[in-house]
Amino acid sequence: MEYFIQQSINGLTLGSIYGLIAIGYTMVYGIIGMINFAHGDVFMLGAFMAMIVFLALTTFIGGVPVVLALLLMMIVAMLLTGLWSWTIERLAYRPLRGSFRLAPLITAIGMSIALSNFVQVTQGPRNKPIPPLVNGGITVYGTNITIAYKQMVIIIVTAILLAAFWYLVNKTTLGRAQRSCEQDRKMAALLGVDVDRTISTTFVMGAMLAAVAGTLYLMFYGVISFTDGFVPGVKAFTAAVLGGIGSLPGAVVGGLLIGLIEALWSAYFSIDYKDVAAFSILAIVLIFLPSGILGRPEVEKV
Amino acid sequence: MADIQSTERDSVFAKALKEGLVAGALALGLFCLVVGFRTDQNIRNELILTQRWGLLTIFVLVAAFARFAITYTAPWREERKKTKRVVEAKEPSAFRKSFPKIGLGLLFTYPFLVILILTISNGSIMGGLQGSLKYVDNFGIQILIYVMLAWGLNIVVGLAGLLDLGYVAFYAVGAYSYALLSTHFGFSFWLLLPMAGIFAATWGVILGFPVLRLRGDYLAIVTLAFGEIIRLILINWTVVTKGTFGISGIAKATLFGIPFTPGPTGFAALLGLPNSGVYYKIFLYYLILLLALLTAWVTIRLRRMPIGRAWEALREDEIACRSLGINTTTTKLTAFATGAMFGGFAGSFFAARQGFVSPESFVFLESAIILAMVVLGGMGSLVGIAIAAAVMIGGTELLRELEFLKRIFGNDFTPELYRMLLFGLAMIVVMVWKPRGFVGSREPSAFLHKRKSVSGEFTKEGHG
Repeated sequence: MEYFIQQSINGLTLGSIYGLIAIGYTMVYGIIGMINFAHGDVFMLGAFMAMIVFLALTTFIGGVPVVLALLLMMIVAMLLTGLWSWTIERLAYRPLRGSFRLAPLITAIGMSIALSNFVQVTQGPRNKPIPPLVNGGITVYGTNITIAYKQMVIIIVTAILLAAFWYLVNKTTLGRAQRSCEQDRKMAALLGVDVDRTISTTFVMGAMLAAVAGTLYLMFYGVISFTDGFVPGVKAFTAAVLGGIGSLPGAVVGGLLIGLIEALWSAYFSIDYKDVAAFSILAIVLIFLPSGILGRPEVEKV
Repeated sequence: MADIQSTERDSVFAKALKEGLVAGALALGLFCLVVGFRTDQNIRNELILTQRWGLLTIFVLVAAFARFAITYTAPWREERKKTKRVVEAKEPSAFRKSFPKIGLGLLFTYPFLVILILTISNGSIMGGLQGSLKYVDNFGIQILIYVMLAWGLNIVVGLAGLLDLGYVAFYAVGAYSYALLSTHFGFSFWLLLPMAGIFAATWGVILGFPVLRLRGDYLAIVTLAFGEIIRLILINWTVVTKGTFGISGIAKATLFGIPFTPGPTGFAALLGLPNSGVYYKIFLYYLILLLALLTAWVTIRLRRMPIGRAWEALREDEIACRSLGINTTTTKLTAFATGAMFGGFAGSFFAARQGFVSPESFVFLESAIILAMVVLGGMGSLVGIAIAAAVMIGGTELLRELEFLKRIFGNDFTPELYRMLLFGLAMIVVMVWKPRGFVGSREPSAFLHKRKSVSGEFTKEGHG
């Protein structure tokens, strides 16, 4: 039982990161119906930014308190990754709005290839290790379950961000504009919502959450490379689909589920096949729940 | 009058200047970390920062000037577009009409043309034969494999409108079934070619069954997942597939039992030709050309058959299709199976050509590239897809040849590195420039009295 709980905690940590990335996928899909394939690479870019900020802090200033360093890494990565995402949307996706459905998918795939190779060209192909930022952990009283501090950081940051994000989407004008665009873009435009701007903000928000996920990923694993965007990206997208694409709580639930499946499968069966397990469960869930766990079933009018 | 014009130009200049500055500031924000700093490992494997402010300045200036130039010339380009539009709207030229025939003729004579040209330039037949190896292999065969794959995927995506992001899985199934059955049981290429196709088609049906109920992007993600599952199994099932080491020493294909070996029973000795590796390459070239043409021929014929019509109907409107009594289950499954079968053929050819297969060759990127060819080619247009494949693969192969750039940028410059970056950027640029692909019009397969070509703007692709 202790082993199970320990592995579940590991899974939840991993799942939080997937959930944060998955929100970006699901929001963009909900609003313009497009799979933003470059999102995984935006996440990777965020992690790189965080890494460079960390190095700049240690080189130019010296010993900075860990909390401050983490905060700075997150904020700078969020801002700059948001800027990247805004530019990407502007240059590669907006000209194709109103075109047929596969066109933006192809530019997104092109963007994903370009981004990862851009980072490879500018930063070099090798892994980038950083020294561990957060050490140690606590043992739950009377058991052998340990929770590392970095896991706690991940779960707490994710919880705070999700709460803030929930507030933003449900209680603010921006969130209302976003939800209205999701329901009916044409009608929203007629009612005075600036659709283009709302879509841009959606991309920026998704990228910011991905940047935080990237920072947390870097903190947790202590290493990042230019290829690290693809696998977490695909997993997060899987999570978004599993939870029901277009649904924000679905993305988080899907992310946590994928994290749990991965951790538990690695713990009890074979670590080599953890991705196979995650993908197979996705296929099985979709067969029985074709629109995901929390997704609305698609009703088509004839 | 002159005053108005000059103020207009001034306002354009001011606008361009402003936008240029904004673009420069944006570029500064985008690139300040990733370009301004470079991270390298030192001897103790710690990361150290190197500052590159010069490079960053270049990036910012380029962005600012590009934006300035675009905005500044915008009124002039508008003007030109207006005058140009009148001239268009004419019958397609004779060259365009007979393009498929000319292309086919070129394709069939390509190896000999290359040999002829190189023989003349080198002054000896041997030099011509050896020199042509690269052009026949790297350009000819490589491009034709992708043409075939893209035509195969076109059946699934272009005709039936089912978005398949894991097509490379069938390619892998074909390649590994040839590799495994030939190394373990010694079966010949000609027996295994159809078998690989059948295996891949079976996998197409196995994948097809569970995903039949899914639509659109759910289908896309499941096919992607399937492609990854196949790749992960190939990596991890080391007992059979030898994992990432791959399978090497795969038997070569033979010409009806005549092997392409240097010995006395080999092809060259039998025909009394000088020994050279190029005959095998030329043979492979014609083999893949015929396989690709088979794919095209089957596609063209199937489009006229009820099943092909059903695919296209399914692409246009699934509900209407079902209400007209078409069995969507079998229609989707046959599309998956047919597309997969050609992927399998291409896979077994790939294994025979390389003599080596490893999971590295079957990553998602390959699926994405093949899908990009189908979309850039214009979804359903065989000629367009072939052009897209030739441009994309030929272009990236050409980038390998850019040795002269070293002379400009110094010896540290490796054009190889920039290959995929340029490839990705080119995909975006082409898509933004021509969203309907190279051939944007569709020839209808069913028509009343007269075949009218339909502009791509009016056709919609299916839901998934």
